[in-house]
Amino acid sequence: MNTIALIPLFPLLSATLLIMSAGRMPRHIAATIGAGSVGLSAICVALLARDFLADGQVLELTLWTWMSVGDFAPRIAFYIDGLSIVMMSVITGVGFLIHLYSIEFMWEDESICRYFTYMNLFVAAMLLLVMADNLLLLYLGWEGVGVCSYLLVGFWYKDSANGAAARKAFIVTRIGDTAMALGLFLLLTELGTLDIQPMMIAANSQWQTGDALPVLATALLLGGAVGKSAQLPLHTWLPDAMAGPTPVSALIHAATMVTAGVYLIARTYGLFLLAPPTMEAVAWIGLATLLIAGFTALAQNDIKRILAYSTISQIGYMFLALGVGAFASGIFHLMTHAFFKALLFLAAGAVIHCLHHEHNIFRMGGLRTRLPIVFLSFFIGSAALAALPFTSGFYSKDAILLSAWALEDIGPWLWAGGLLGALLTSIYSFRLVFIVFFGEAKTEPDRQPGWKMAGPLLLLCLLSLVGGWFALPLAGVFPAAAEHTVNHAVEWISIGTPLLGLLLAYLMFLGGQLSVDKMVASSGARALRDFWFSGWRIDQLYDVLWVTPYKKISYWMRNEPVDAIYNGIVAANQWAHHRLLVLQNGELRWYATTMVVGLILLLAVMLRNAP
Amino acid sequence: MDGLMVPMEHVLVIAGLLFICGLFGLMLRRNIIFMLMSLEVMLNSAALAFIAAGAHWGQADGQIIFMLILTVAAAEVAVGLGLVLQIQRRFKTLDMDQAHRLRG
Amino acid sequence: MMLELIMLLLAGGVVAWQSERFNPNLPRWIAMATVILGMLLLLSTISGIPADTFNMVTEPSKAENWLLYSRHEWIPRFGISLELGMDGLSLLMLILTLALGAIAIVSSWNEIEFNPGLFQANLLWTLTGVIGVFLALDLFLFFLFWEVMLIPMYLLIAIWGHENRGYAAMKFFIFTQVSGLLMLLSIIVLAVQGAGDGDISFSYGDLLGSAPTGKAGMLTMLGFFLAFTVKLPGFPFHTWLPDAHTQAPTAGSVLLAGILLKTGAYGLLRFCIPLFPEASMQFAPIAMTLGTVGIIYGAVLAFAQSDFKRLVAYSSVSHMGFVLLGLYAWNSLALQGAIMQMVAHGVSTAALFMMAGALQHRLHTRDMNRMGGLWYNAPRMGACAMFFAVASLGLPGMGNFVAEFLVLAGLFAVSPWMTAAAAIGLITAAIYSLWLMQKTFQGKPDEERKLQDFDRREMGAMVIMMAALLWLGLYPQPVFDLTQPVLEGLQPLIVNVPETLAGNIPGGTP
Repeated sequence: MNTIALIPLFPLLSATLLIMSAGRMPRHIAATIGAGSVGLSAICVALLARDFLADGQVLELTLWTWMSVGDFAPRIAFYIDGLSIVMMSVITGVGFLIHLYSIEFMWEDESICRYFTYMNLFVAAMLLLVMADNLLLLYLGWEGVGVCSYLLVGFWYKDSANGAAARKAFIVTRIGDTAMALGLFLLLTELGTLDIQPMMIAANSQWQTGDALPVLATALLLGGAVGKSAQLPLHTWLPDAMAGPTPVSALIHAATMVTAGVYLIARTYGLFLLAPPTMEAVAWIGLATLLIAGFTALAQNDIKRILAYSTISQIGYMFLALGVGAFASGIFHLMTHAFFKALLFLAAGAVIHCLHHEHNIFRMGGLRTRLPIVFLSFFIGSAALAALPFTSGFYSKDAILLSAWALEDIGPWLWAGGLLGALLTSIYSFRLVFIVFFGEAKTEPDRQPGWKMAGPLLLLCLLSLVGGWFALPLAGVFPAAAEHTVNHAVEWISIGTPLLGLLLAYLMFLGGQLSVDKMVASSGARALRDFWFSGWRIDQLYDVLWVTPYKKISYWMRNEPVDAIYNGIVAANQWAHHRLLVLQNGELRWYATTMVVGLILLLAVMLRNAP
Repeated sequence: MDGLMVPMEHVLVIAGLLFICGLFGLMLRRNIIFMLMSLEVMLNSAALAFIAAGAHWGQADGQIIFMLILTVAAAEVAVGLGLVLQIQRRFKTLDMDQAHRLRG
Repeated sequence: MMLELIMLLLAGGVVAWQSERFNPNLPRWIAMATVILGMLLLLSTISGIPADTFNMVTEPSKAENWLLYSRHEWIPRFGISLELGMDGLSLLMLILTLALGAIAIVSSWNEIEFNPGLFQANLLWTLTGVIGVFLALDLFLFFLFWEVMLIPMYLLIAIWGHENRGYAAMKFFIFTQVSGLLMLLSIIVLAVQGAGDGDISFSYGDLLGSAPTGKAGMLTMLGFFLAFTVKLPGFPFHTWLPDAHTQAPTAGSVLLAGILLKTGAYGLLRFCIPLFPEASMQFAPIAMTLGTVGIIYGAVLAFAQSDFKRLVAYSSVSHMGFVLLGLYAWNSLALQGAIMQMVAHGVSTAALFMMAGALQHRLHTRDMNRMGGLWYNAPRMGACAMFFAVASLGLPGMGNFVAEFLVLAGLFAVSPWMTAAAAIGLITAAIYSLWLMQKTFQGKPDEERKLQDFDRREMGAMVIMMAALLWLGLYPQPVFDLTQPVLEGLQPLIVNVPETLAGNIPGGTP
């Protein structure tokens, strides 16, 4: 057994241990095992990464043949290249920090053991997803993280609203997953294998760029990616998924699981390159999502919902990057986003933790002096999110926008849209900072974060600041991007936009020169704000289109319409029974008479037929 | 080789008339005693026809069947009268239209 | 061995029945011992078979290629004999039957107070019939066992069932009986005209390839198809199932869902399709449509139920639609998927019915509106329910996923549109499974409620079933290896599969 196999094994073992203890394990042991196992995995990943950076050797490991039916023989096997290493580092590194943070956050919860079980299972599934050598194993991880997300969103099961949010998260992503499964069937039928690398080679030799089949196959895979990564039109589950504990939101709904769609597209880039229409669709989906989510985030007042919409919006950037062919930039943004969004969620969690589970930003305020570490973290996170110069977000977002600009034809449009999104990002990020941490205090914190919370926050601060200088080992994974000449005007505009957003946010929410209250005074503006607040009424639309009809149809059919056929047969029999019953009246003379009549008839027939 | 004194047709006509009498009695009377008697008449008409046929062909079969019918008729009367007594006891009437407990 | 196994269970039933006179607790021990003995007998026999026999392609007409084969004269005048044969498929089904039989006995360990001896006897006799069905190679004998498994099951529902048992038992009986008689008609037609030359033979090997052609063939095939589809159950012949499942005692539901339904699938695979290749292929589009409709219909109705057992029953309708699809797609992937679905569905649904039975035993209701938040009162039950709920919605890593994936992957080569329609079932399955969890174990708990959590016996059964599902999901190869030779023997029987049907799928028709 070598290091690679150990990486997902640690959290898996830990989860098994925690399950077998059936909740009777003392909480400090449960917490140690839960967080420690992920720490061990992180160490293994670090060792692996060191070797990989040294020699750049792609690692493969086959554990066993999953099944072998005919020529279809997927294996339980790992394929570790630069892309996987990046993802694994993020999952175990950020994952470990979040586990550590969770110990303090969840300490008072009665089912901390169950919490760590689910978290460990999640990490194991997510690792399988990014390490998988074939799409079937990837699908296993893919669904596994979906179920863990369902379990963790509905972790506080006593409130039915949490259960509803969890179900919504699972079912909406399942719609995408089903499309993805169909994509797998198509790939398997046409290319004869699901092993990713041979599959991409086979695709290149069998298909021409722009053929119908690769377009269809990638469109189906895109369906899965859209569902998992909360992109239009399947993004509605993510804001509701904030019902789970905050560290869960940080790990699953910001840093790792929701970026699985990005990973999927990057992993199968060979197929997507054969399908330019799908690539273009990816870019437009990303752009539309980042703008819609950006506008929506402006109008929210729940601290976690703002961050959720901002996550949707940032993944939109990653999709935009993938769509314009800048795979490495997309993955780069994925990594920096994991740092600063985990940081923001954990900081928000600390605020919520210290303010008696308060979520509404308008009941916060003035926390800058009262929770200084949290303020520092939140500020750095917001700066990186808004892509202020020299933060990590700046480097990754800038790379995406430049790649978009360089694309022919539609490029400038995508760039302009992305820029508008960047402005929005900056405004809503600093709106959050100014409202929560400045102004007068409305709720007093009743505690300060301890070291288990503060430590991860500070480390993530550091990563959010310097993460932009990491060189990702992606050179061997993706085809080299074309060198594009950098237009300096474009670059300056990219740098200036977030600063403009910062200024606007200051004027609107802190300085008071541009009063928001005045802006929404007119009924049109208020309607617009309500429209944004409701997330562009997409949820209501889906309710009318899908949820209500489904409920109505199933309610209407619940008593088995097919049984009507059989009940009809029964009714016909009973009807005939009652008709024939009349003859059976018990009267002797009637019987005798009918006998005679019958006899006469019979005689008549015989005589007629006699020769 | 007709062993019969009277023409065959006469006997058969008589038997037929008897049978029809019995049949109408069975269908029209409501009293069970009369119904039983009608049955006897019908049986006897059949027996008469057998006798005539047996004499006509000079064979013993007709007489054998007559003996059989006699036995059956006796048994029938025995069972029938027993039933009549029971019916009288249960329903306090011999009117068969009143005693239709066997209707479905 | 095969006759001995059948006799053992039959005799075990009689002994269990009579032992009640001595001690009302004795019958369940005897029943358990009988099933375990049966399992030991089976395993010891298998271990005596040379290993390479397992890889030999089972050609139905070659007796020496069967793992076990025996034939005794019975009614030679009509060509009826006691012909039994076991290949990998039968073996798999026998193991499933005996294992789930044991689970069924465990699940109703404390439940039966009225006449426990007769109850256990009926349980064992049902198993007898099922095992006979899986082993019989003579169609007359097959029909005999088909009826044998029906009557004790009827009694189980009619005597030990719940409030509406009479109706449910009668419905179950009439559906199965009427369709069974149609099959008998078809069997006789086949036996009389199949052998030719005035001879009559009921032997499977003799009858293969002798089906009437054209319209007569289609009608004869429909007799078989109806009997098996009613049992499966396929849409629209499924309506007996929700009633029977809901009203049956726990052990009855476990047996019904776990194995009785599989006899329908087995019959289709072993008899209906191979005996009537031509008619079956003509009929395949209709059968697959029925399967697809059943998948979605069952799932939609499952969502609307408020009765725990009824919900699970409709989920069975949905899952068995995949079997119908897989069988009529008729390529390696889909067939293996269908077989896997038979096994995995048997285990996961049996577990869910056991859960339902345990809840009813404790709460005296199956109405989910009166449950909610049970996780708080019984976390172990909650965890088990969650496991089997996600298994039933097809989570990868469990047997159900392997089954559904293979069926759909195989079907895709035959009919992509049908696959897309059937895949909707993956979404609807998630909807009803999670709804089940919400209504029972999640939500606001009643903190006053006293609910006995699973004890060791129940936990033991659950853990075994969980392990089985994980094993089937992560390393299903032993199952595939067992049934592959059987399928290789059966697949060439259908020679005129159109090119479009065989497709260019990996592992398509060899």
